[in-house]
Amino acid sequence: MSRYVGQPVRRKEDPRLLTGSGRYVGDVRLGGLLHAAIFRSPLPHARIVRVDGSRARALPGVIAVFAPGDLGEVAPIPTTLAPRPALKACFQPPMPRDRVRYVGEPLAVVVATDRYVAEDALELIDAELESLPVVADARRGLAPEAPILHEALGTNLADRIVMSRGDVERALREAPRRIRGAFAVQRHTGVPMEGRGLLAAFDRGTGVLTVWGPTKMVHRNRSILADLLGYPEHLIRFIETDVGGGFGLRGEFYPEDFLIPWAAMRLPAPVRWLEDRREHFLATNHSRQQWHEVEMGVAPDGAILAFTDQALVDMGAYVRPNGFVAPDRTAAFLPGPYRIEHYAFEIACVFSNKTPVGSYRGPGRVESTFVRERLIDLVARELGLDPVDVRRRNFIEAGAMPYAVGTTAHGRPVVYDSGDYRAAFEAALRELDLEAARKRQAEARRQGRYLGIGFACVVDSSGVGPWESARVVVDRTGQVVVYSGTAGLGQGIETTLAQVCADALGARLEDVTVVHGDTGLIPFGIGSFGSRAAVVGGSAVFEAARKVREKAVRIAARLLEADPGDLVLEDGRVTVRGVPDRALTLRDLARAALPGQPLPAGMEPGLEATHYFHITDVTYPYGMDAALVEVDPETGMVRVLKYVIVADVGRMINPLIVDGQMVGGMVQGLGAALLEELAYDEGGQLLTTTFMDYLLPTAAELPAEVVVRVTEAAPSPGNPLGVKGAGEGGIIAVPAAVANAVEDALAPFGVTVTALPLSPDRVLGLVRASRR
Amino acid sequence: MTERTIRLSVNGREYERRVAVRWTLADFLRDELGLTGTHLGCEHGVCGACTVVMNGAAVRSCLLLAVQAQGAEIRTVEGLADGDTLHPLQEAFWEHHGLQCGFCTPGILMSFACFLEEHPAPSDAEIREALAGNLCRCTGYVNIERAVRAAVTKLAGGRAGAGPTGA
Amino acid sequence: MKPPRFEYFDPTTVEAALDLLGEHGENAKVLAGGQSLMPLLNFRLIRPQVLVDLNGIGALAYVRPCDGGLALGALTRQRALERSAVVRERCPLVAQAVPFIGHAAIRNRGTIGGTLAHADPAAELPAVVTALGGTLVLRSIRGERVLPADRFFVSYLTTAAAPDEILVEVRLPGAGSRTGSAFQEVSRRHGDFALVGVAAIVSLGADDVCTAASVAVAGVGPVPLRVDDATRLLLGEKPDERTLAEVGRRVSEQLTPDADLHASSEYRKQVAGVLARRALGEALGKARGGGA
Repeated sequence: MSRYVGQPVRRKEDPRLLTGSGRYVGDVRLGGLLHAAIFRSPLPHARIVRVDGSRARALPGVIAVFAPGDLGEVAPIPTTLAPRPALKACFQPPMPRDRVRYVGEPLAVVVATDRYVAEDALELIDAELESLPVVADARRGLAPEAPILHEALGTNLADRIVMSRGDVERALREAPRRIRGAFAVQRHTGVPMEGRGLLAAFDRGTGVLTVWGPTKMVHRNRSILADLLGYPEHLIRFIETDVGGGFGLRGEFYPEDFLIPWAAMRLPAPVRWLEDRREHFLATNHSRQQWHEVEMGVAPDGAILAFTDQALVDMGAYVRPNGFVAPDRTAAFLPGPYRIEHYAFEIACVFSNKTPVGSYRGPGRVESTFVRERLIDLVARELGLDPVDVRRRNFIEAGAMPYAVGTTAHGRPVVYDSGDYRAAFEAALRELDLEAARKRQAEARRQGRYLGIGFACVVDSSGVGPWESARVVVDRTGQVVVYSGTAGLGQGIETTLAQVCADALGARLEDVTVVHGDTGLIPFGIGSFGSRAAVVGGSAVFEAARKVREKAVRIAARLLEADPGDLVLEDGRVTVRGVPDRALTLRDLARAALPGQPLPAGMEPGLEATHYFHITDVTYPYGMDAALVEVDPETGMVRVLKYVIVADVGRMINPLIVDGQMVGGMVQGLGAALLEELAYDEGGQLLTTTFMDYLLPTAAELPAEVVVRVTEAAPSPGNPLGVKGAGEGGIIAVPAAVANAVEDALAPFGVTVTALPLSPDRVLGLVRASRR
Repeated sequence: MTERTIRLSVNGREYERRVAVRWTLADFLRDELGLTGTHLGCEHGVCGACTVVMNGAAVRSCLLLAVQAQGAEIRTVEGLADGDTLHPLQEAFWEHHGLQCGFCTPGILMSFACFLEEHPAPSDAEIREALAGNLCRCTGYVNIERAVRAAVTKLAGGRAGAGPTGA
Repeated sequence: MKPPRFEYFDPTTVEAALDLLGEHGENAKVLAGGQSLMPLLNFRLIRPQVLVDLNGIGALAYVRPCDGGLALGALTRQRALERSAVVRERCPLVAQAVPFIGHAAIRNRGTIGGTLAHADPAAELPAVVTALGGTLVLRSIRGERVLPADRFFVSYLTTAAAPDEILVEVRLPGAGSRTGSAFQEVSRRHGDFALVGVAAIVSLGADDVCTAASVAVAGVGPVPLRVDDATRLLLGEKPDERTLAEVGRRVSEQLTPDADLHASSEYRKQVAGVLARRALGEALGKARGGGA
């Protein structure tokens, strides 16, 4: 039955993407298309006195200019995750009426015959803004003199997330050794190669508003749009296009997701807005910025007895739909793969006059892993132990599964479902060849070169519920169509779901097509985020395909006058066991199941079935990374010589795709470790709005050697496929492993790495400080 | 002089169009000729998604004005395959999972289509250096390098096969 | 990110280009390879009324041997410099530095004249021309003048060229025998502008005594800086590791770089010394081996 699942089959998406026939939102062609550009606040905090579009409106080629006053009363963009009702006052309005709170906040929409003219018109918008004092650093946001961003809330403290277990104070007091650290993760984000964009067309005759472009969770976004517009949901259709990468940021409901459809309903022709790169840096969710002060109580052998963390998270200027995900998951995953009986974590979420934050691949796991794994290396150093042994000393054993961590994520208890962390870690050591690496390190040091080895161990989470939909249909030509509520983000969902369907149904892979992201074709769906599509969406497809298979076999049994138990459905053909020439194809059976045909008693017509797969708990992949780096202590340059990922994602549907997710995540993690930062000046202006300043890794920054080993040691017990999500795991450990390796390389200088990215300037600064 | 008529050849087809002088070649290819396989990822010459081949050289089409392509021969991703037969690079990218979202892919394909003509037997280091001129946020590049190496082998085989002594 | 409106001219002779600049003066901007100018236009950081495109002037693209050195037409692509045998032979430092510029697609368009006229102090070729003591030929309808590199580069993105002048040629002295050169830089990523870049040339006499040495540093000031006070130490010496370290120390000492997003002043100061030492070491090695 497993003919395709588990195989590295080539992706169905690729032929169109390789030939320039993909259809991204900028590629959709409609007659008379108009082009929008958005005027954005140049100030981080200001009272809006006036936004006047009259000069812009007068420019030839300009069709319309919409300023804040034109919108009327519009509710702010909701979030499902706000911890308390008072935070509604801090949701982002599609366009603010009296105050702007970050550079880049939309203040007017210009629509013109082409984007060039639209940008000309932006220069003619007259905005009178009265500058207000700024919270340019969230760490000063709680000071008594700090300006308040949201007066209705009365404080810049959005929330305080607290998670604890045991008696941490006593455990710390009684611990033989207490080791402290202070760590910072820089503001950075996903930066997909394609900016966001959307195209909205309004059909005056039918009242249908069609929106192309957003992806990830089109059904929810449609609901939000319907509510904000006060417009019937059935008259709004979202159609996903190909998209140039998601990474958690794309497909959140952003201000433009209201502004552009709203504008389209007031225009004579469809309108498209494409976010350019500068806008992307200003407008799309930022992420990750956190400061931690941590302490571990440990035994002399490295056993972790207690763990505390006082952290602060920069929320940016508003609570966006996923603003609380990262801080929540940070606390949830601070314990990681280790057995820690006593802990207490407190995370203050604080507003600042910066772009609001949201989720970026591995939210909360990347940050908490950096903090925990760095601290473990400090523990090893202080105790004079090998960091390898400290980790070995503390792993949760495979026999302890399922293991209740004691934390919660999104309000639900974190209970690891399966895993053998020790085995994976030992595998990572073997793949690195620890002994050889340490020998190489010692030899290099004799030549005056500085090599370092670092580790990081991670528990990831995936497969967020509560459900996902699938409808599997065999049409009368025998072709199988899977309608899935998940979304395509470039991850290959059209292939993996087809593999699942082909196996579960008994069809040929080439006969299966996956349709997703069209609310006109798929009545209910949730989408793709939190590494859920394969887990929840895949399971839904599996169950729906099985229902179709069962139906096909029952119809065939009747037509072939055979016992269903004697029938085999394979490669799209039903045969009677032992009588290969008596066969019916899926095409035959689809025709036999058409309405009006005689069917077995109680069977609905149509060779099709729908399944909603419900799941209560997420599933937990894990990974153990090892890095070998070389640091030039005279220039601060860091080169990664070897990077090892050992990951377990349960059962794999497509090893090629899983491998791609791991390596892709790893290189994004290298960016976080070495290159990427969204830097602001003290006045609240974003300094990194180009690819010359915000530095994505290139091939030249690749490790000389990359080893990815994906094990299938711990299938998920919570879904019929045994799969865990593979979308995020690759990135999570990387900043921690690289930072640990850099610190190890510079051990002769006695440096302590506390912040990212490890730019040459920062690294040389560490070396310099150690020499003073 | 804010508009001009230009003539150029794109993927072997001749075009004559009136164009505003400030329009970039990338926008011209996409909006005027409907060749939307050439993508815009940054519009300042860093990401390489808009790379096309002009008169035999890989160039950033976001950093060229359409009027500068007067009389030029341009190749874009749409012209890479030979009818339904994929170019060896396209085949190899498919085979080795050298793309995920596919947005940067056309620029990378065109960069290497040009590179492999100049370097039929590149070293791994040369491939890596050439690839460093294009940003990809999904793949982590490793599979792209694998794909390029596979395409090199395939192209070399093709050439040997076409030679007088055969393969 | 689309360019603002402008008028566009693409003359096919230098004279026609000069006439256009004579007419439009400060309102005009010269377009060469476009790899710096076009991003500025797309970001609308500059808004010239007139663009004078030199790419149609074939007569400006050449690599010519001249007085033992080279004369390079301003429109010569960086890619052509990279591949030219005569450049490698006569001015190996140019060939050594060019691969650090951007990436292949950038060098396919980028020109030597363009990068010099743009005068980004972190760029490679301005430092190379400064280290070599090259000269630059400027023309306008008023006539022609020849400036040494250190007078051409005035400040950050600013040269001595008047609005109606075009940089038409770069003249570089040839490398003598037993002369070695090297270009080293540290950048955040391969192909990025240098945090610090160093161009170094050393000549040796028959007895391995240093007869000439020149180092120019990119990324540490408003223009590429020659550090003759430091390299003077080498003259008449048989430089060893200690001498080079001392030169490096002096290079570092005499600089007061500005900080930016990517590196502090202290970083640039320190690394300039390190790279000067390393580049001189590499250049010396080549000189001892006969030169290149």
